[in-house]
Amino acid sequence: MNACVLNPHSILGGNHLFRFIYEGVGQMLPCWMAYVVAGAAIMLILINAVLLGAAIVSWGERRLLGRFQNRVGPNRWGPFGALQPIADLTKLLTKEDIVPYGADRIAFTIVPVLMVASLLVGAAVIPFAKDVALVDLNVGVLFILAVSSLTTIAIFTAGWASNNRYALFGAGRAVAVLLSYEVPVVLSVLGVVLVAGSMSLGDIVVAQAVPFFLVQPLAFFVFVAGMSAELNRTPFDVAEAESEIIAGYHTEYSGIKFALIQAAEFGGALVVSGLIATLFLAGWAGPVADWLGWLWFLIKTFIGIFLFVWIRSTYPRLRLDQIMAVCWKFLMPLSIINLIAVTLEVFFLRDAHGVLTTADLWIMAGINIVIAAVSIAVFGQLIRQQVRNSSQTAPASRLVVSGVSTIEVSQGQG
Amino acid sequence: MYGLEMAKGLLVTLTNLMRKPFTVAYPEQRVRQHPRFRGEEFTWYEERCTGCASCAKYCPLGIIKIVTSPSETAPLQGDKYLLETFDIELQRCMFCGLCVEACPYDALFMGSGFEEGQYRRTDLVISIDRLRQADKNPSTWFRPQLESMDYRPGTSRPLGWRDVGREGWRWHQREKAGMRLQGRNAEDDA
Amino acid sequence: MTIRTEPMTVNVGPQHPSTHGVFRVRITFDGEDIVEVEPVLGYLHRGTEKLAEERNYVQIVTLTDRLDYTSSMINNQAYCLAVEQLLGIEPPPRAKYLRTLTAELQRIASHLIAVGFFVQELGAFGTPLMYTFRSRERILDLFEMLCGARITVSYMRPGGVFADAPDDFWPALDQFLNDFEGELAELEDLLLNNEILMVRTRGVSPLPPDVAINCSVSGPVLRASGVNWDWRKMAPYDAYDQVDFDVPIGSSGDNYDRFWVRVQEVRQSLRIVRQCIEQIEPGPARLELPLVLRAAPGAEAYGRVEASKGELGFFLVSDGGISPYRCKIRSPSLINLTITEHLLIGWKLADMIVSLGSVDINMGEVDR
Ligand code: SF4
Ligand code: SF4
Repeated sequence: MNACVLNPHSILGGNHLFRFIYEGVGQMLPCWMAYVVAGAAIMLILINAVLLGAAIVSWGERRLLGRFQNRVGPNRWGPFGALQPIADLTKLLTKEDIVPYGADRIAFTIVPVLMVASLLVGAAVIPFAKDVALVDLNVGVLFILAVSSLTTIAIFTAGWASNNRYALFGAGRAVAVLLSYEVPVVLSVLGVVLVAGSMSLGDIVVAQAVPFFLVQPLAFFVFVAGMSAELNRTPFDVAEAESEIIAGYHTEYSGIKFALIQAAEFGGALVVSGLIATLFLAGWAGPVADWLGWLWFLIKTFIGIFLFVWIRSTYPRLRLDQIMAVCWKFLMPLSIINLIAVTLEVFFLRDAHGVLTTADLWIMAGINIVIAAVSIAVFGQLIRQQVRNSSQTAPASRLVVSGVSTIEVSQGQG
Repeated sequence: MYGLEMAKGLLVTLTNLMRKPFTVAYPEQRVRQHPRFRGEEFTWYEERCTGCASCAKYCPLGIIKIVTSPSETAPLQGDKYLLETFDIELQRCMFCGLCVEACPYDALFMGSGFEEGQYRRTDLVISIDRLRQADKNPSTWFRPQLESMDYRPGTSRPLGWRDVGREGWRWHQREKAGMRLQGRNAEDDA
Repeated sequence: MTIRTEPMTVNVGPQHPSTHGVFRVRITFDGEDIVEVEPVLGYLHRGTEKLAEERNYVQIVTLTDRLDYTSSMINNQAYCLAVEQLLGIEPPPRAKYLRTLTAELQRIASHLIAVGFFVQELGAFGTPLMYTFRSRERILDLFEMLCGARITVSYMRPGGVFADAPDDFWPALDQFLNDFEGELAELEDLLLNNEILMVRTRGVSPLPPDVAINCSVSGPVLRASGVNWDWRKMAPYDAYDQVDFDVPIGSSGDNYDRFWVRVQEVRQSLRIVRQCIEQIEPGPARLELPLVLRAAPGAEAYGRVEASKGELGFFLVSDGGISPYRCKIRSPSLINLTITEHLLIGWKLADMIVSLGSVDINMGEVDR
C-alpha cells in the first residue's frame, strides 16, 4: 500500500474535504489518479450544491414573496411546494429551444454557460465551514470580484446576440449599472481587507472577532446596495425591468438556456449572500461549536437572502440615470468616507505588529457607527435638496449619461 | 429624515409577512359563494317549460336552440309543446342571465356551479338530456321566491320542480303572462 | 473620435407586459430618450356600437359591461341614464341610491387597479398590486352578492337596478368599509410618500391644463392638471346631488399628481358610499317596465357619467324600433390617449411606461 500524502503547500492543501477523499482513494489508486478523482469529486459536490442551492433559493424566494404579498406562493408540488423548482426545470427542459432569426448563434448559446461558469467559479473560494472552501486562495476577495465581473460580458453578449431591441436596451443598461457599481463595492471591500489584513476569505472570517457589519456599517450598507445592483434586484433592476423592457437581456432565451440563466441569477443571490455572510457577518464563526460552522453559515446566508427578498418586495424601481446618480453621488462618497475612516483608525489603533485586538475593533465599531449615521443623514439631506430642486426645474436629473445613447444599431430584422 | 418613508414601507411589508394569506388553495378550499351567483350549468325544469322560447328570443347572443312539436299534456300549465331540442351553447354564453329573466314560467334558472371545463368545444353544448339529468341546484338570481325561502345552492338540498315556486313580483307576473311588447311610458304600466 | 449613433424604432406592444392589454405604440428612441411616438389602436375592436344596433335596450346592458371591464357598474349606469332620457322615465329613489353606491364601489375598485398597476409599472414586484387586488376582491365579492357576477355585472337596467340588494349585503358592506379603512391607510403608508416613488414620478411628464383641455381630456387626468371638472358636481345624476364630497385637484399634472388624485378619490368615494348607506330608504328598486322597450321615433339622448377614467357618454338615437338606430360611445380612455405625445416625447423609456400607466387606459374601452 502506497498511501498518498498531500503536500501541505498544494493549493488544495487547506481543503479538509479534498484531503480526506484524496487519502481515502489513494489507498487503491496511483496518486495522480487519486488527485484527479478527488478533484472531480469535490467539483461535483460544489456544482451540485450551488445549483441545488439556486433551486432552493428560487423556491424560497417565491414562497417568501408570496407571504410578503399576503398570498401563498407555490404550494402544489411536494411538501410546501418544495419540489416546484424540479417541476419548473422539467417544464423548461421540454420546451423548444429557440434561437431567434438573425441571432448570432454561437454568442447566443455561450451566454448561459458563461453566466453559470462565473457563478460556480466564484462560489469556489467561499468558505462554507472552517477550512471547507474548494480553494482558500490568498487573493480570494480579488478573485471573486474579478470573476463576478465576467457576468457583465455575458450579459452584454446576450443583449447583442439576441437581435432584439429590448435585449439591447437591457444589455446597455446592465453594462452601465454593473460597471459603475463595481467601484463603490470594491472600495467598501477594501475597508474590510484593511481591517482583516488579508485578502483570503478564510482569514477575513477569522479576523472577525467583532462582525464587520458592526465595525464598518457604512461598508456593509454600500456593499449590500451595490450587490443588489449587481444582482439586478429592485430597486436597481433596470437591466431586466419586466414592466419596461420585458425581460431585458434574456428576453429571447427559452428552454434550457433560460433555465441556466435563471439558475445563474438565483445562484448569484446565493453566492452574494454567502459573500455578505463571509465578509460582514463573520461567516462560519458562531457562538458555539466550530463543527457547526456550516449551520451558522447557512443561517447567515439566509439572512442575506431574506434581506434581498424583503427589499425586492417593497420598493419600486429607480430610473437608470437615478441609479447612476445613487452610485456616483451617494454610495461612492460613502465608501470613500468609510475607507478613510478605517485607514486612519487602523493606523492609530494597531499595535507594533500591525495587529488589531478585539478591544480595538469595538472602539472602531463605536466610531464608525457614529460616522455612518452622520454621513448617511448628511447625504440623505443633500439628496433631498437635490430632488427638491430637480422637481421644480424638471427634468434636471436627465443630464446624467444615459447608458446606451452611443450604441450603434445595425439594420437588422428587429 | 430622508429614507424614513422607505423604512415605513419595509414595516408594512413585514407586517403583511406575519399575516395569514388572503388567498385560498382552490381545489381544497373554496371562497364563499353567494346564492345569486350566476353559475355555468343551467337548471331547467322540463315539467315547467312550455317551449315558448322566450328565453331563446331574449338571449343577446341567440345561443339557445329550441325545437318543439305540438301537443303533450303538461302537468302544471295545461297543454304544451313537446320539446325535442333544448341546446344551450355554453361556450358562447356570457352568463348574463337575461334568459332567466325572460322565462315566464320559472322553468329556467341559472346554475350555481362553475366547473364546466371540457376538452372539446362540442362538449360544451348542453343538450336537453344533460339538462334533464343535471343536479338541480338553481341560483337565486332573479328568483326572489328562492331568496325568501333562504335557499342556498350547494349547501341546501337540490330543488324539485314543485319546490322552486313562482316568482312573486306582481308587475313582472302580469308582464310575463301577457308578454306585451308594446308600452311606451312608465305611467301606463305602474 | 465620434461614434455614429442613430435612432432606433421599437414597437412597444401589442404584446408587452405593461401596455394595459393590446395597446401598441411605435416609439423612436434616441438612446433611452423618446423622440417620436405613434400610437396604433384597434387590436381589441369588437364592434360594440354596431352590435348595439342589433339588440334591444335591455340586452345592450350586457355589452356595456365589456367596454371598460374594470368599471362595468359605471358603464351600466351611463347607458341606463341614456335610455331613461330617451324614454323620459325616472328610476325610483332607492334605485338611484343603489346605483350611486355601486358606482362608487366600482370607482374604488377601478382606482385600486389603476394605482396598483401604476406602482407595478414603476417596478415594485407585485406587492402593492397584490394589496390593492386584495381590497378589490372584497368589492367584487359584494358585487357577486348583489348581482351574481364579479366583473361583467349587468346589474343596472333602464328604470333602476335589476333587483334590490339581498339582506346580507348591508352587513357585509359595513364590514368591508371598516376593513378597507385600515387597508387604505396601509397602502398610503407604503406608497404615498415613498421616496423612490417620488423621485420617479414628481415632475415627470407634466400635462399643462391648457393642453389637457385642448385634447378634451377628462377624469382624474384632467383634474390632476388642476382643472376642476367633475360631472358628478357639474351635472349631478342619480343621487349625487344628495351626497357631499370633495373633488381632489392636482397642481402640476405630473405622474405623481395623477396617482395622488386617484388615491384621494378613493377616500372621497368611501365618503359617498357611507352617505348612501345612511340616506337610502326602503322602496321599489325598479320601474315596472316591459321586457322589451321602445322609444319614440327620432328621439335622441346623451347620457353621461363621470366614470373612473373620465367622461363616459352614450349617445342613443331611436327610430321607434326595439333597438337603437345608432349608439355612439364616448369612451374616456380613447380620448385620454390623445395626450400620448405630450406625455412621452422627451422623456425616457422607463418614464414612458409609467406615464401610460398614469393615464389609466383600458383597451376594452379604447377600441370598443
Ligand atoms: S345567460 Fe345570457 S348569454 Fe347565456 S344563454 Fe342566457 S341570455 Fe344567453
Ligand atoms: S322561456 Fe322558460 S318556458 Fe319558455 S322555452 Fe325558455 S325555459 Fe321554457
